[in-house]
Amino acid sequence: MSDHGGVAVQMASEEKGSRVIEPVKSRVKRFVMENFYVSDPSELDDDTSLITTGTVDSTGMLEIIAFLESEYGIKVLDPEMIPANLETLGRIAAFADRKTRDALAASREKGST
Amino acid sequence: MCGIAGVIALREGLPPPVLGDLKAMVGAIRHRGPDEFGLYRDARAGLGHARLSIIDLATGQQPLSNEDGSIWVVFNGEIFNYLELREELVALGHRFRTRSDTEVIVHAWESWGEGAFARFNGQFAIALWDVRAEELILARDRLGVRPVYLCEHEDRLFFASEVKAIFAGAPSIPRAFDPVGLAETFTFWTVVPPQSVFQGIAELEPGHLRRISPRGVADRPFWTPRYPVSTRGAFAGSLPDAVQAVRDALEGSVRLRMLRADVPVGSYLSGGLDSSLVAALGRRVKGDKFCTFSIRFEDAEYDETPFQRSVAALIGSDHREVLVRRGDIADAFPAVVLHAERPLLRTAPAPLFLLSRLVRDSGIKVVLTGEGADEMFAGYDLFREGKVRRFWGRQPGSALRPLLLERLYPYLARSPVAQRAMARDFFGRGREAWSAPGFAHQTRWQPTAALQRLFTPDLRRDAKRLDVAARLLESLPAEFTEWAPLAQDQYLETRTILSGYLLSSQGDRMLMAHSVEGRFPFLDTDVVELANSLPASYKLHGLDEKHVLKRAAAGLVPEEVARRPKQPYRAPDALSFVGSQAPEWVAEVVGPRAVRDAGVFEPGAVDRLWRKCQASGAEQFSNADNMALVGVLSTGLLHEQMVRRAPSRDAGMPFRTVIDRVPVGSAGLPPSDGAEARQAR
Repeated sequence: MSDHGGVAVQMASEEKGSRVIEPVKSRVKRFVMENFYVSDPSELDDDTSLITTGTVDSTGMLEIIAFLESEYGIKVLDPEMIPANLETLGRIAAFADRKTRDALAASREKGST
Repeated sequence: MCGIAGVIALREGLPPPVLGDLKAMVGAIRHRGPDEFGLYRDARAGLGHARLSIIDLATGQQPLSNEDGSIWVVFNGEIFNYLELREELVALGHRFRTRSDTEVIVHAWESWGEGAFARFNGQFAIALWDVRAEELILARDRLGVRPVYLCEHEDRLFFASEVKAIFAGAPSIPRAFDPVGLAETFTFWTVVPPQSVFQGIAELEPGHLRRISPRGVADRPFWTPRYPVSTRGAFAGSLPDAVQAVRDALEGSVRLRMLRADVPVGSYLSGGLDSSLVAALGRRVKGDKFCTFSIRFEDAEYDETPFQRSVAALIGSDHREVLVRRGDIADAFPAVVLHAERPLLRTAPAPLFLLSRLVRDSGIKVVLTGEGADEMFAGYDLFREGKVRRFWGRQPGSALRPLLLERLYPYLARSPVAQRAMARDFFGRGREAWSAPGFAHQTRWQPTAALQRLFTPDLRRDAKRLDVAARLLESLPAEFTEWAPLAQDQYLETRTILSGYLLSSQGDRMLMAHSVEGRFPFLDTDVVELANSLPASYKLHGLDEKHVLKRAAAGLVPEEVARRPKQPYRAPDALSFVGSQAPEWVAEVVGPRAVRDAGVFEPGAVDRLWRKCQASGAEQFSNADNMALVGVLSTGLLHEQMVRRAPSRDAGMPFRTVIDRVPVGSAGLPPSDGAEARQAR
């Protein structure tokens, strides 16, 4: 019983830990592979267009946005939902990075006042 | 409507075909023609036939021969103009023993040779055996309503209406999926004949005839779709002239299909323009007691009941309905796949399987359908989309032109910004190449081909190397680029989805599963030639699809049916297979063992897909998720039922017609077969 509990706690903490330390790009890639059932990771370059290759359709793009919002606690605004931010793994990662830093900076600013 | 099968020796010195093998072939397709069974055999060839009796019930048995028994035929389908041809042939001195259209084929071949097939207005798969020349002639109708498959195995050529009959004829034939066939399916939604999904099995191309004799094999088209090149071959009249011509041609086409039958003919009725028009015209020919048949859906999103009932009320038909629930689709799906004999990316064939059962149970053997109207008269969104994208491509930097996408797909204007921007990205990709062949279809082929990410590494490598889209585009007719862009799109749509999916997986196979013959007024030779000759703007008027057809239908169908925007026929896809109601086989087919056995998909990828679908539960699935899950399930079911499992060799039905020209006791003849009752002919 306690063993099981211990394992569960350890896994949870690992999972929690990985959320903090796993680079955004690799976390996003993992999500895309999982959610869009990609079997070969080498087919997902940072620069492959997810949209024009058909890997992600318009419904799929909403799934990616929902993932970013829940995973990183950010809010993706309407004007930000553009290919420039979301077309490739690289762009999604850069966008999510920027949004989380902005959010962090905003909360620090808020905390300092 | 019927099923045909047969085998011929490809070299001297082989034993004659075994009667038991021929019977097993016919037995495998007995659903196509449960009324009567027939066989022909000589030292070199065997022909088998399963008959659905529709014309000349009393004497139309097959196999059937010419006067001196030197040419034998088995035939699946109808030659609608057989009475006219018969008159011509009688005038040429041929003597007829029956009232059947089958006999017309034999004499037409004697008189006109290869020229015979272009004279047939019909839907047919024909096998002629010329005893003296030791030649087999196979022919298939213009658009591929009726199927024929071929397989060379151990110095024999096997052929049949369905692949399962070939497998039944020689269980030693290796059964395996073909990488090209899979790559095509997961690009175009269908294989493109002569390709099939099984290694070593070919499909005769629509509009082709193939001659196989000791002198060699020749395969050539007797008909190919043609469209105007500038004004050459173009309809010269005004739009009102075209409206009248279309109406006249359709009336003639429906009349022919209503009257050339010795059993009652009913009609499918989807609630859309095409089948409503066909049903309305059919009712006029038939008078009272005209049956119409409709699919209703429990899921409101797919249901068209009010339109169907309004048409039925207007034309006064005896209307029957089948209500389809998600569970019905899941329950029927294994049988649907076994009949379709190819992977499916949509469940839409399943309700049609249930509908043909209703038709059969209502005592009707023949139905008209509206299939083909969207290809011949430009009904699909694809055609409108192609027009908008090409218009945008001519000014790729334009900010205004892409706004037409929102007029095309009104949901985009209501969608989140993300979807609108992404849609623009998706539809605008490569728009500079707007004049390239296949431009309009790329938006369909690309997302489907993206599903190949589920394939095993080997298959993915093969598929990439094969590049089936490039292969198809290399096989286009020489004058293709001289046709109007709309005509190019119609040609590709006809060659891929119409023949391979709509007429097969949603058509012949689902109809014949319950021994029902479909007739397709929009695929009448005269209607097709007329439609193809019309200027593009008569068909697609601005962005108004099927413009000339809508005008031709005025007054015949309810106003609301003529005016309603086209609703694509869809059924619940992934939704049918998730949740607590899903049948047990679903989890088995997506399980790692079955997936590995089938060797098509990567088990890990399928596992991810399945977990996602289960987690989504009753929510909306994306188009990709729908196609992926249905594709994985159908491929798995096909593997289990046709590759892994040994072919069924059930031949326990009575053969009414047996013409056996192999002397008793000759080599290769099992003693029991020698006692076969013979019918003198």
